[in-house]
Amino acid sequence: MTKPLIRTKDLSVEFSIGGKIFNKKTLKAVNDVSFEIPRGAFVGVVGESGSGKTTLGRALLNAVDITGGEAEYDDGEVQFDLTNMSPGDLKEYRRRAQLIFQDPYAALSPRMTVRDIIAEPLEVMGLTKSREETDARVREIAGKCRLNLEHLRRYPHAFSGGQRQRISIARALASNPRFVIADECVAALDVSIQADILNLLKSLQKDLGLTFMFISHDLSVVAHTCDHVVVMYHGKIVESAPTRELFANPQQEYTRNLLAAIPSLDPDQKSRAPAVG
Amino acid sequence: MSLIDVKNLTVQFKTDEGLVTAVDDVSFSLKPGEVMGLVGESGSGKSVTAKSLMKLNARNTVYGSDSRITLHLDDGPVDVMGLKRPRDMQVVRGGAVSMIFQEPMASFAPAMTIGSQMVEQLLIHTNMNKKQAKDLSIEMLDRVGILDPAIRFGQYAFELSGGMRQRAMIAMALSTKPKLLIADEPTTALDVTIQAQVLDLMRDLVSEFGMGIIFITHDLSVVAQTADKVAVMYLGRILESGPVRDVIRTPAHAYTRGLLNALPRLDDLDAPLTPIPGDIPSPLERPNGCVFHPRNPELQPGSRYETERPPLTEVSPGHFAALFPEDVPSLP
Ligand SMILES: Nc1ncnc2c1ncn2[C@@H]1O[C@H](COP(=O)(O)OP(=O)(O)OP(=O)(O)O)[C@@H](O)[C@H]1O
Ligand SMILES: Nc1ncnc2c1ncn2[C@@H]1O[C@H](COP(=O)(O)OP(=O)(O)OP(=O)(O)O)[C@@H](O)[C@H]1O
Ligand SMILES: [Mg+2]
Ligand SMILES: [Mg+2]
Repeated sequence: MTKPLIRTKDLSVEFSIGGKIFNKKTLKAVNDVSFEIPRGAFVGVVGESGSGKTTLGRALLNAVDITGGEAEYDDGEVQFDLTNMSPGDLKEYRRRAQLIFQDPYAALSPRMTVRDIIAEPLEVMGLTKSREETDARVREIAGKCRLNLEHLRRYPHAFSGGQRQRISIARALASNPRFVIADECVAALDVSIQADILNLLKSLQKDLGLTFMFISHDLSVVAHTCDHVVVMYHGKIVESAPTRELFANPQQEYTRNLLAAIPSLDPDQKSRAPAVG
Repeated sequence: MSLIDVKNLTVQFKTDEGLVTAVDDVSFSLKPGEVMGLVGESGSGKSVTAKSLMKLNARNTVYGSDSRITLHLDDGPVDVMGLKRPRDMQVVRGGAVSMIFQEPMASFAPAMTIGSQMVEQLLIHTNMNKKQAKDLSIEMLDRVGILDPAIRFGQYAFELSGGMRQRAMIAMALSTKPKLLIADEPTTALDVTIQAQVLDLMRDLVSEFGMGIIFITHDLSVVAQTADKVAVMYLGRILESGPVRDVIRTPAHAYTRGLLNALPRLDDLDAPLTPIPGDIPSPLERPNGCVFHPRNPELQPGSRYETERPPLTEVSPGHFAALFPEDVPSLP
């Protein structure tokens, strides 16, 4: 059996909130989380707003300090202890682990052309040797993400929300990562492009052997995309199961409530979920 | 009497590559207490339409000369297109019309706490004093389901999770009790339970004081749960509109059917996700005839829709679709 790509044990992330010295509190945004992400898997993370999904993702990307527990990355070529990274490790890890943002507006610099936005990680990480090579890579990945190649010289403000999200997906995939965390990456997309992007992510998973951690509040999207689902609540993982099992037979009260709240397409019926008992 | 009337709205942008048409001859109206859903693919002109209602589009905007937007407020009608000076715009941008923007981060200044922005806004647009404004702000944060609202009141936008930020924005937009709320993808970052709670709150405010809502979303099930009527946009045009039940249950236009088919279903997890075929053309190359014809799988080559623009034809009472009368499906 191959080792998992990500393995955590009692992983915790704490923030101090409140500001003033006397009523300072700490908040355990991620609280003793132990889980694994197998190589090549498409793992969904669901749970209410503020339950710690983004923070867990950021911890695994080393974008926020891990304050307790263990976390390891192993893609078969390199191995890292995510709680103890040298600057050199971090540089290599940045190439291998990428984030697709929740908010395509905040993510794209308004003063850069689409071409430069997608090229930036390649140039910053020194992955291409010439401008021609960079351009070729940008065009290849932009094409894979079904961006209009004639628009590469435009600035992001001229694109609508959905178009911008494709740009940020292309940017994330430019460095040819092994591990991609997609944080609400289809939330801003219309249903048609959502279907298209989900199909795209699934085919990228297969073609490029990518491993995805897919954070989403949209359970019907998760049901269609992920092999395995992890449910978070107040910083903890409360349920974790293969997708079909989770939807057919949720074990926790919290998961059942979540499923029951999915809005129905029928105006006369509130919930879309088949009656769960 | 209606709350807002939009007539023949056309919006173009001057760009380096030429004049881009984002909204093309759109008309609709909304009554007080009515909720209208605005759906359509990315780039169909939903946000541009919404921003036009407050004249908030970028500087390169050109409005059509016969575009009319009339807002009926207590003090009489306001001709939005005629508003020029920033001082006049205050009427619209302040208390009477509130907008929840699609860009959650852009709506909060990074260097100010959530609370001070909410209070500032209330001090400008209402007669409240600081204490009342603070109390109301915390109450509104509580009503959108934010725990520990008094603590969140003192935090900065970056300290909140995505969904909390979106809720804080909703709380801010609702706190001035606007007559018209324009909500651009307000629940995209919310989990389903909170989404249900926010939708309930909006419904309460609609029945409490007759607020009208224009609700932009790509999630047709959210429209089904919130809106009374819906307009479906594509490439700047309304292709179908009508009562929510009729449009969702018996969609008359192939485009609306395409949007419904693209939704992931929970009753069949193996069903492939089906995007609408083809790509959205560049706004510089708008198709002749029906703007959707190049992507419409139901049309035969050489059909009228390639060259002639179909009118909005009534298919059932109050339900319109961009079809030639001979193509209107007969009622079952
Ligand atoms: N930089 C920070 N400083 C202080 N608190 C933070 C910070 N980042 C996150 N938090 C807090 O950590 C908790 C978890 O936030 P997180 O963003 O991980 O939630 P989430 O599950 O991604 O929610 P959403 O679905 O709304 O995006 C929240 O209470 C949030 O306010
Ligand atoms: N300032 C601008 N200059 C040039 N073109 C613009 C400008 N703002 C918007 N557009 C164009 O107008 C069209 C409509 O954009 P709009 O933002 O209204 O789409 P939308 O329906 O809201 O899409 P989404 O669902 O992605 O938010 C798009 O083609 C967009 O590129
Ligand atoms: Mg998040
Ligand atoms: Mg928009």
